[in-house]
Amino acid sequence: MFDNVTFEEAAMFAETWGLVYLAVMFAAVLIYALRPSAKKKFQDAAQIPFKED
Amino acid sequence: MFDHGKLEKNSILMLVGILIVVSIGGLVEIAPLFYLESTIEKVKGMRPYTPLELAGRNIYIREGCYNCHSQMVRPFRDEVERYGHYSLAAESMYDHPFQWGSKRTGPDLARVGGKYSDEWHSTHLIDPRSLVPESVMPGYPFLAKTPLKYTDIAKHLETNRMVGVPYDDAMIEAAKADLEAQVNPDADGVEAMQERYPGAQARNFDGQPGKPTEMDALISYLQVLGTMVDFSSYKAEENYR
Amino acid sequence: MNFLAYLPLGLAGLLGLSLAAGAADTPMYAHGLLLFGFAVAGVFWVISRDGDMGGPAVVREGGINYNDAIIRAGVVASTFWGVVGFTVGLVIALQLAFPVLNFDLPWTNFGRLRPLHTSAVIFAFGGNVLMMTSFHVVQRTCQARLAGGWAPWFVFWGHQLFLLMAATGYVTGVTQSKEYAEPEWYVDLWLTVVWVVYLLVFLGTLWRRKEPHIYVANWFYLAFIVTIAMLHIVNNLAVPVDLTSSKSYSLFSGVQDALTQWWYGHNAVGFFLTAGFLGIMYYYVPKQAERPVYSYRLSIVHFWSLIFLYIWAGPHHLHYTALPDWAQTLGMTFSIMLWMPSWGGMINGLMTLSGAWDKLRTDPILRLLAISVAFYGMSTFEGPLMSIKAVNGLSHYTDWTIGHVHSGALGWVGMVSFGAIYFLAPRMWARERLYSLRLVSVHFWLATVGIVLYAAAMWVSGIMQGLMWRAYDALGFLEYSFAETVEAMHPFYVIRALGGVLYVLGGLVMAWNVYKTARGDLRDERPYETSSAAPAAAPAE
Repeated sequence: MFDNVTFEEAAMFAETWGLVYLAVMFAAVLIYALRPSAKKKFQDAAQIPFKED
Repeated sequence: MFDHGKLEKNSILMLVGILIVVSIGGLVEIAPLFYLESTIEKVKGMRPYTPLELAGRNIYIREGCYNCHSQMVRPFRDEVERYGHYSLAAESMYDHPFQWGSKRTGPDLARVGGKYSDEWHSTHLIDPRSLVPESVMPGYPFLAKTPLKYTDIAKHLETNRMVGVPYDDAMIEAAKADLEAQVNPDADGVEAMQERYPGAQARNFDGQPGKPTEMDALISYLQVLGTMVDFSSYKAEENYR
Repeated sequence: MNFLAYLPLGLAGLLGLSLAAGAADTPMYAHGLLLFGFAVAGVFWVISRDGDMGGPAVVREGGINYNDAIIRAGVVASTFWGVVGFTVGLVIALQLAFPVLNFDLPWTNFGRLRPLHTSAVIFAFGGNVLMMTSFHVVQRTCQARLAGGWAPWFVFWGHQLFLLMAATGYVTGVTQSKEYAEPEWYVDLWLTVVWVVYLLVFLGTLWRRKEPHIYVANWFYLAFIVTIAMLHIVNNLAVPVDLTSSKSYSLFSGVQDALTQWWYGHNAVGFFLTAGFLGIMYYYVPKQAERPVYSYRLSIVHFWSLIFLYIWAGPHHLHYTALPDWAQTLGMTFSIMLWMPSWGGMINGLMTLSGAWDKLRTDPILRLLAISVAFYGMSTFEGPLMSIKAVNGLSHYTDWTIGHVHSGALGWVGMVSFGAIYFLAPRMWARERLYSLRLVSVHFWLATVGIVLYAAAMWVSGIMQGLMWRAYDALGFLEYSFAETVEAMHPFYVIRALGGVLYVLGGLVMAWNVYKTARGDLRDERPYETSSAAPAAAPAE
């Protein structure tokens, strides 16, 4: 099914759509991690190791 | 929308998320190698190992030769001059598992076949520093003293057939006889063996009389390395990938 | 509850006996008996413990009934295997400098001992450290006892049996020849069983947690356990010659086998030696520094980007080989991108110390943890550099690779493990403190100087050999024979072995310290000035 794909075509695909895909994924993680509404939650989570015993 | 909080709270969701994320790379990179025809070049001359060569290869694996010797000549001027034509994917298509190696504490062995005499190999394997004073290779004197175990060699060929090596019924049936014929150039079975395995060399590899030893097997393997492909008919420009 | 332990033990014993009875070769016979022996010993061990699966180091009224006994076992096993693994490494380093030490015997030659070294340090030392710390961290951050009754003990002892079978297999010539995946098919199957139980114990403990949020260290442990399971199963697909034979043939061949192997091999580094040990960093650095991780948000970005990118990087082990070019390029690209999450993690670990830098002067355990993160940063910069094809053309097949691996293994994995062991020893045996903090400092310096000698020697010998291989004389001939390049490396092999001596000595100092701590001894020594005695905790600089 991919027998006719040359190296150049595959590279072109990776350099365009692959890049877009990666950038979108990365942006999603960044937005999730940095959104202001979660600040408190993450501050609490960071304290978990000190709750034991 | 996507809620990471759920992910953190639900360990199974997280597990599935991890599995999806770590699968993508493997699928995109490895899977195509199995169906892209261009992965393996079209060459003439590749044949399965003879039973003796296969037994020798198993000794090569057992002793961990791959820890110090690669079998993969890269397409660099110095490597091609030092070792010979750069390695092709086709040359290891019957290697279960591959022996490309990752370190050259000793030289590359991809094309060592035919470069040295059998006697050189057996002397060198018994005491490497007697021939190469700078060498740090271990000595393997026990190989020449250990009789080769090959009663189940037919089973080894059969297992190789199960994973895709084209051994036919005749080869499996004659496995034991072929192995014995290859170390005895005067035997009756040599021609039949060479018909099944074109180009196979029949010699008393370890120079000792009597039963085949592990040294016989290992040297027969070393002597076939890199010698199968017919490079006079190989066209590099047709195989760019 | 005990019958739940007897049934699997009985089945394992029967399996061992039948393997030994039908064995086609000596190693299979010996391993069958070993399995049987372990099962019998296990039955007696369960009886002798009389239902005691291990309680907390200190029993508190209304406290959580943590399983600390298994952490103590982990401390002992990690320390033991660490010393063994480092020592075998020293032996093979000496063999390369003085080949007479191979003794011309099958069981002592470099080719068989090298897998023994790599497996002993990665799977025995590293594996025990990961199981020990994951069992500790998951209990403490979930505030729940380890799940599964005897199951964690099955994981612990099953893992030790796997290690014994692998190690005895290597020296008797049982190997698949796939680097870091050398154990043969039946040993692989055994590890798969152990690993599935490990995953279930870990998940089961997560399900018991009182806290809604799963702490980030556990994400890294979970990714490590799940991904290693996937890699292990796919890379070890093989057909045995016979069910009674220890020999198998890999399902894949040639180029496909090569890429599968290095997809496995690189991610053994990525998920075993990196993700798992990052779990250690994200718990023990904050604990020892007594401050929360620098940025919890960064840890989320770190986690997802690290596990996504790592899995692609394997082909950089196959540059300029018969692997198709597109796969090589893909591997190189992702390897370079991997630099970013790696350094994100390093910054997160190091900056956790911000405002507490002065503790580095008075707390040698924190110093071990901090330098491990620094070495992590160094190795993860060097790695992407070496994955660039032009650089790799020089570095591949040489000692540069060996130096790179060891700056990561000795520096990052080793040091962070030592820190965790020193953290756990006094707490798990409920001692007032470690036997000696001064000895921790001795260990720190022995290990650090050892690594510097090791890595520097390998850089020089690796780059030198790479250049000598491609050197041409004025007439256009190759300037050096291969043997001449081997001769030129001799002094560096001696220096490398010296570095190894120091690292082994450090391991022995740790073993002594842990032993005395477990006994409850306290060394009479000048204490470090504690930061609480100092005026307001101002940064040192």
